[in-house]
Amino acid sequence: MSKVSLFSLPKISMKTWKVWRRDARVFMKTYKVNFVPPALEPILYLLALGFGLGLFVSQIDGVSYPVFIAPALLAISMMNAAFFECTYSSFVRMYYQKTFDAIIATPLNLDEVIFGELLWGATKSTIYGSIVLVVITAFGLASYPASLLIIPFSFLVGMLFSSIAMCFTALSPRIDSLNYPISLFITPMFLVSGTFFPISALPTIIQQFTYIGLPLVHVVDITRALTYGSFDFDLLLNLLWIVVVTVIITIISINLMKRRLIV
Amino acid sequence: MDAIVAENLLKKYDDLVAVNNVSFRIHESECFGFLGPNGAGKTTTMKMIQCVSPKTSGTLEVLGLDVSSKAREIKRNLGVAPQEVNLDPDLSVFENLVAYARFFDISKKEAAERAEQSIEFFQLQSKKDTLIDQLSGGMKRRLLLARSMINRPKILILDEPTVGLDPQARHLIWEQLSKLKTQGITIILTTHYMEEASELCDRIVIMDNGMILDEGRPSELIEKHLGGNIIETRDSDAVQKCLKKFSNDTKFEVAGDNVLISTSRPQEIMSTLMTDCGIVSTSVRPATLEDVFLKLTGRMLKE
Ligand SMILES: Nc1ncnc2c1ncn2[C@@H]1O[C@H](COP(=O)(O)OP(=O)(O)O)[C@@H](O)[C@H]1O
Ligand SMILES: [Mg+2]
Repeated sequence: MSKVSLFSLPKISMKTWKVWRRDARVFMKTYKVNFVPPALEPILYLLALGFGLGLFVSQIDGVSYPVFIAPALLAISMMNAAFFECTYSSFVRMYYQKTFDAIIATPLNLDEVIFGELLWGATKSTIYGSIVLVVITAFGLASYPASLLIIPFSFLVGMLFSSIAMCFTALSPRIDSLNYPISLFITPMFLVSGTFFPISALPTIIQQFTYIGLPLVHVVDITRALTYGSFDFDLLLNLLWIVVVTVIITIISINLMKRRLIV
Repeated sequence: MDAIVAENLLKKYDDLVAVNNVSFRIHESECFGFLGPNGAGKTTTMKMIQCVSPKTSGTLEVLGLDVSSKAREIKRNLGVAPQEVNLDPDLSVFENLVAYARFFDISKKEAAERAEQSIEFFQLQSKKDTLIDQLSGGMKRRLLLARSMINRPKILILDEPTVGLDPQARHLIWEQLSKLKTQGITIILTTHYMEEASELCDRIVIMDNGMILDEGRPSELIEKHLGGNIIETRDSDAVQKCLKKFSNDTKFEVAGDNVLISTSRPQEIMSTLMTDCGIVSTSVRPATLEDVFLKLTGRMLKE
């Protein structure tokens, strides 16, 4: 068998939504245990960093510290929701529960299964993004109506991080191996992407690297513009970066999964 | 028309040849068995028929359609109960069936009706709302069978449907499968339980090391390879010497402490062994598929 090209176009029909439905059904059954932690975490960060550490930080970019970090917490929640769903949860479904095997024995193909997983990962990003949006709104840290755009935007962010996550899932020999992308990629990115301090505090060379290579910085920039309600032209470049990378990585992730599972 | 036609079907995993140039035809409405030890290539063959594992070469048609280009159409008409249990652990018995039906575009209402029927047919009524973790091995297997029927398939593929079950659970499944056979559905079964194959299958192939060693009705295979009966006696020099007296067509094999003699003339050989050679303890029994299987695939342990 020759290997599938990483860039071959997936064959996806509307049947892919059936996979999304399956994941949503299971989520709804277990949401009571699922919902609480992701909603609680940003509140803790907001209290500890925003209002605790914030006492010692007068102003950043002309705004108070809680206003500065609120959009970052939103961006991180969206990222984590999608990334954890399409690493650990997808790995469990693929490897331990053999859910993908069960589904490809029906008229669905593997492309549709993986894309459905990505759609579901993106949906989780939207669910948790919306929860955190409610929280920061309650603290008066989001301006409207611009902040409403965060809801559709969170789906795109979800697709971005789901597809990146799915690549790691396709390449991980064991579930423990997924700790590597978390500690070597997600955590450092979480710290330097203009989240807790402005990116302008970093050396220029690192700033450039961040904008070229790290997805979160683009997400934080756009989310921050939306909660502040102030826009500039650079946001279009952020958006373009996200869209292009999402499309490419989505295609790659599906082909990596085919390489792994179709033998 | 044949339900499945395979010609010179070959499957390699990298350098390992898992299925080695096999050809077979499975007729409509028959129960066809693949019998073979672990690693024989049964599951691999099933996965190629299911269109989830691409063949390396050869031709394979299911319901007259080519597996490489018509996967969706083929899969719509297949029901699969896999060797590895892949039920949804977060869902109940009933929910598993309904959720699976949705992948076949079956409406919610229709799915619920079919799920009820399947649950009743496979005697899972009392477990309808139970989560999968709390089912016994036999119940999980029955649920897999129930799930494989949910799309009313033309062909059922059952990969080791009773593996690891106790005799009661196994017999219950056999009973239900016998009922399905009378409904005209084509059943393909893999197993390494001889009794299962002889009980359920109209025709079987015996597979080993990726190759088909022989094919036929279970009774024909027994007749052909062993002449119908097996005489067993304790192995000794005297026995071996005595057996040499018979013409070449009396085949015998040493298995552990015993000698197994396959023959269509058991009386004659028994009396010779006892009167001419003075061997007292012998027994005669009808040959089974297991004897054929061991003869063809050897007595070495397969891992
Ligand atoms: N995904 C796989 N990758 C590599 N080798 C495999 C794979 N699946 C099965 N094999 C090998 O192919 C051979 C046939 O296996 P299988 O079809 O599972 O046999 P059976 O179902 O008769 O026990 C075995 O040697 C097995 O180790
Ligand atoms: Mg097998």
